Amino acid sequence: MADALLEVRGLSRRFAAVDALKEVNFSVAAGEVHALIGPNGAGKTTFIHHVSGALRPDSGSVHFAGHDVTGLSMHERVRAGMARSYQITNVFSGFCARDNVALAVQGRADAGSSFRFWRPVAAETTLLAEADSWLAQVGLADKADTVAGSLSHGEQRALELAMALATKPRLLLLDEPMAGTGPEESARMVELIENLARHVTILLVEHDMDAVFRLADRISVLVNGRMICTGTPDEVRSDPGVRRAYLGDHL
Amino acid sequence: MAFYRPARWQRPLALGLFIALTALPFVLEAFDQSFYIGFATRLLIFALAASSLNLVLGFGGMVSLGHAAFFGIGAYVAAICQQAGINEALLVFPAAMAVAGLFALAVGAVSLRTRGVYFIMITLAFAQMVYYLFISARAWGGDDGLPLAGRMTLAGFSLAGDNSLFFASLAALTATMLLFGRLAQARFGRTLQAIRENETRMEALGYPVFRYRLVAFALGGAVAGLAGALLANLTGLASPNLLQWMQSGTLLVMVIIGGVGSLWGGVVGAALLLGLEEVLAGLTEHWHIVLGLLLLGVVLFAPRGIATLFGRRDG
Repeated sequence: MADALLEVRGLSRRFAAVDALKEVNFSVAAGEVHALIGPNGAGKTTFIHHVSGALRPDSGSVHFAGHDVTGLSMHERVRAGMARSYQITNVFSGFCARDNVALAVQGRADAGSSFRFWRPVAAETTLLAEADSWLAQVGLADKADTVAGSLSHGEQRALELAMALATKPRLLLLDEPMAGTGPEESARMVELIENLARHVTILLVEHDMDAVFRLADRISVLVNGRMICTGTPDEVRSDPGVRRAYLGDHL
Repeated sequence: MAFYRPARWQRPLALGLFIALTALPFVLEAFDQSFYIGFATRLLIFALAASSLNLVLGFGGMVSLGHAAFFGIGAYVAAICQQAGINEALLVFPAAMAVAGLFALAVGAVSLRTRGVYFIMITLAFAQMVYYLFISARAWGGDDGLPLAGRMTLAGFSLAGDNSLFFASLAALTATMLLFGRLAQARFGRTLQAIRENETRMEALGYPVFRYRLVAFALGGAVAGLAGALLANLTGLASPNLLQWMQSGTLLVMVIIGGVGSLWGGVVGAALLLGLEEVLAGLTEHWHIVLGLLLLGVVLFAPRGIATLFGRRDG
């Protein structure tokens, strides 16, 4: 693929005797929503960890926007334009929603240094205003002052997304954004991701098949650490290997 | 925990305390109790040292059991400078801060790669290394420590008078509390507190976590060095006991009693601990029992420290 934003080449990782990932080749084209699916324990989250830099592969490489980022740490990859949300909600539960997002804004290279010792953040109106605008984008405008820990689960998922967005990524890694949300919240989240997809490339890991087939431009299927198929939703739906391994019941 | 945010009572109280402390030497003189000014100075200096640990422990979440190393190094730098003929505090105090801060930078660069119990152990190990280095250094007095011939001068004015050293200590503590109070609400302090809450998440937001921790650790070390240099002036001795792990423990206890991560925790803890020691030691030699009960009480009834009892800290 000529204009792949993310390209993973021959990625392998063993945990003890288990091949968690085996010679995985994978790419996300700029502008697409690429969904990664697979049964439980297939290695999806492990794969995301390798893309985001939380784990290092035994062999293979990760390329982002034309650069080899295999040796970069997580925060360096975030600075390069890769943001992730977590499968298990991971927000600063003691801070209010606005402060959570303000931290994400502040961490961005173009937001200036964080080695400022004197001026209170409360006086940094541009920073806080930007945080508020991200909150508004995910529908949390009226929750800005609420402590994150007392938001509902769905609201925390949305906050998580706002934080990822506030890093202004070129690639958004969404690890099961619908996990644990009710049908109504799920529907809202799908709508939200649909809107986001116009501005940012998305790699989506998700179990909710309705959401995946509605959102994804392309789908890759990971089974037992091997990428067995990549294609459009229709191609994946009709792939006999995928049916056998995984989808049978759902379609 | 929430971000640090000063309670409404804090500013007027701090201002009142500052005014009261400024008047203290004159009040003591009027009542012919000038003897206590030395004790008050000691209290200010320990408040400074404990506050510097509170930056590391309370705001940075780094449980360092080696903070006394930086404290003691500050004292030794002062004594060694004087031995070398440099007697001007405007040179010596920054030198003490620089040496202690740079040493903290080196210790931090190694220790901050570890977490939890390993961090506690490695900071303890570094501090004990320094301790044994100084007790075996004959040129610096070995076991006996390195005495100062007399107090230094500050910008030409002698610190020999008890009041002048008191005011120098008060100025150092005031400046530090002002800086820490601002810092805790500024970008750096918020970054530090967020790292304390959730390190991985901060990394996933693009923060080079290690760097912020290291700077806080070194800053804490530098301020402890300043406290050490002041203490050497007060007691006239750079003692190896200042470097010992017992001293690190005492500073930790001060911070925990006072309030981990609340701005005034170090000050409150130092005042309480030294005050109790002063009062109780006159009554019984078993005053440590009362101290133990106090610690127990704090852990049970005010687990975030005494300082938090005075006001609601909202986030």
